[in-house]
Amino acid sequence: MQEQGPRLKASEQGDVMVIELTDQKILDEINITQLGEQLQAMVQQASHSKFVMDFSSVAHMSSSALGMLITLQKKIREKGGQLRLCNIQPTIHEVFVITRLNEIFNIHPSRKEAVESLA
Amino acid sequence: MSTLESTAVIFSDLKAAREVEEKVLCEVAACGYSEASCFAIKLAIEESLNNAIRHGNGYDSNKRVRVGCQIDPQRVCIIVADEGDGFDPASVPDPTANENLEKPHGRGIMLMQAYMDEVHFNKKGNEVRLIKRNN
Repeated sequence: MQEQGPRLKASEQGDVMVIELTDQKILDEINITQLGEQLQAMVQQASHSKFVMDFSSVAHMSSSALGMLITLQKKIREKGGQLRLCNIQPTIHEVFVITRLNEIFNIHPSRKEAVESLA
Repeated sequence: MSTLESTAVIFSDLKAAREVEEKVLCEVAACGYSEASCFAIKLAIEESLNNAIRHGNGYDSNKRVRVGCQIDPQRVCIIVADEGDGFDPASVPDPTANENLEKPHGRGIMLMQAYMDEVHFNKKGNEVRLIKRNN
């Protein structure tokens, strides 16, 4: 697994790039801006078009982080790619439901299911 | 346990905001609030401080944000005030409307309202009062 800076780990599963968020809290505006830039650079540089983001380490998120994810998904779609989210803890999943973002993101319970959905 | 009261005044700095936030959350946790309540309060403080620094004070480092807290085992009340011109919360579009779902901004107030028991803005719109009961 390759370290992509302090907040991300990336690995490959077949033709899917799996990105694990390693920060427990994705709240701070400065961190979110940096994280968004890191993720967009990874997407732009990757030869992959299929991405899975694993949230198993994430216990808190802010609305700014949600905005960052929306922007990232747009970038991936512009590239003709697809994004799946997985391992979202119940408290965070509730935030997606309240904001109806569960309707615009493809969310899976596990990494395995997320990767398989891209097959 | 008596009511803990505190007021902090910070300049428009996100790092200083996080320090105030952590201090408030330690006091909330010490008062026996559930994990779910702590999550809600953390989210609401975060959103209100971000709004105050970004939208209220426009990241102007000369402008300040005041954070007042009253915490006891029954109720948490947090007041966040900025030095901006204020705004009309009713003018903020519903982020859950179909046409706004893919917009990257505009969910902070809605999340505060969803997670806190009461959210009140002053008339000018530069101060928000957040209340969470311990039930």
